Amino acid sequence: MAKVSILQSQLLDITISRLSQQLIENHGDFSNTVIIGLQQGGIILSERIKKRIFELAKVEVPLGQLDITFHRDDFRRGQSILTPSKTDIPFLVEDMNVILIDDVVFTGRSIRSALDAMMAFGRPRKVELLCLVDRKYSRDLPIEPTYVGKVVNSIQSQYIQAEWKEEGHQEDNLWLINQ
Amino acid sequence: MLSQKHLLGIKDLTREDLELIFQTADQFKEVINRPIKKVPSLRDITIANVFFENSTRTKLSFELAEKRLSADVINFSSSGSSVKKGETLLDTVNNILSMKVDMIVMRHSSPGAPHFLAKHIDATILNAGDGTHEHPTQAILDSYSIREKLGTVEGKKVVIVGDILHSRVALSNIFALQKLGAEVMVCGPHTLIPKYIKDLGVIVEHDLMKALKWCDVANMLRIQMERQLVKNFPSVREYSQNFGLTKEILESLDKEIVVMHPGPINRGVEITSDVADAENAIILDQVENGVATRMAALYLLAGKKDV
Repeated sequence: MAKVSILQSQLLDITISRLSQQLIENHGDFSNTVIIGLQQGGIILSERIKKRIFELAKVEVPLGQLDITFHRDDFRRGQSILTPSKTDIPFLVEDMNVILIDDVVFTGRSIRSALDAMMAFGRPRKVELLCLVDRKYSRDLPIEPTYVGKVVNSIQSQYIQAEWKEEGHQEDNLWLINQ
Repeated sequence: MLSQKHLLGIKDLTREDLELIFQTADQFKEVINRPIKKVPSLRDITIANVFFENSTRTKLSFELAEKRLSADVINFSSSGSSVKKGETLLDTVNNILSMKVDMIVMRHSSPGAPHFLAKHIDATILNAGDGTHEHPTQAILDSYSIREKLGTVEGKKVVIVGDILHSRVALSNIFALQKLGAEVMVCGPHTLIPKYIKDLGVIVEHDLMKALKWCDVANMLRIQMERQLVKNFPSVREYSQNFGLTKEILESLDKEIVVMHPGPINRGVEITSDVADAENAIILDQVENGVATRMAALYLLAGKKDV
């Protein structure tokens, strides 16, 4: 199983800083903005982004976590059932600017599910999508991220694996793996 | 993934199945407390609630769970139906299935009725109570409520008080609690305790005070007058004096115990009103958890079937 590193500790940190700066540029004091990390890949990234925004702009952005399991479009379609993770959104998104965060955007189906799931918490004014890796040319749906860490050209049989220090790894790493 | 295609009884489930249902129910509990309490998971599924016996709580709870999952729901009750004209169970259900129904939730007065059906039809079957046999979703929600209140079911001491002989809730609860690692005691008059119940590995006690001193949780069952063909105790008054839970009894214990009741409550018989409404009674939590756990069971069973 061959694997190639896409982003590593220092470069990953620079990328997170750049993405945070872009958010600060577009959202100012974040007075009407909330962040929602998508289970499971987007959680650690969303926490890092929140922390970095605080370090750079001294603003605490409300952060929630959203699970999309019950909104997936492949339920009963031969896939094994995924065990749901926690949803914790301690605010309403009604009339707010929402930044959805996920680690990888691939077919776009998870993001469609996330948009659907998010609507249970109100009607947002605007929704943006931030991802660390955009797997270009592999979209099933017309969904594009607003903020991208790195664009990767990959084929169907490959997948991306993220390793974070928070999960007990020695250093942060994003791998492109051949199955 | 659940080990079973149907939910016929707790006896067939593994501990892993129960834990998976709990884990899924945790997330559904969050869903039903949102401003919009609905998810689209079962939007391409039609469920028939087939009730050959009266029910308020279970029927409402199932129907709500199904609707929260976006399933299409049809309701059938035997009163006023062709069952009265002599149609057999299998014919009735096959007619319902001809209308392209994917899942059947069934309550029936005959023990084993859902098992019989499962052998003859393709649809997924959930047992909502079969006579005096099993009531699996009640046991799941009871164990889930204990887990929620006490953190775990493992190692807890649970006494089931009352009409064990006629109770499907008792049997399903015994199976579920034992699979989850709890110690189970049954308590009631000699006439309402089945003769060979000890073979299931439960402790038998006929003194309510001793039982309450032993337990962490007391599940007070309803006296099932409708199933008693002979008088099993002299009077309701005498039963309630010996096995009714009152505030005085609760306060005389040197510890706090959790009080449960599967409903409907005969206030003043199994438990007095002040106990039913006390802080350590989790009767209404059980009802809320009923919806979340039934959503979990429906979701996990529906997911097993490929389109």
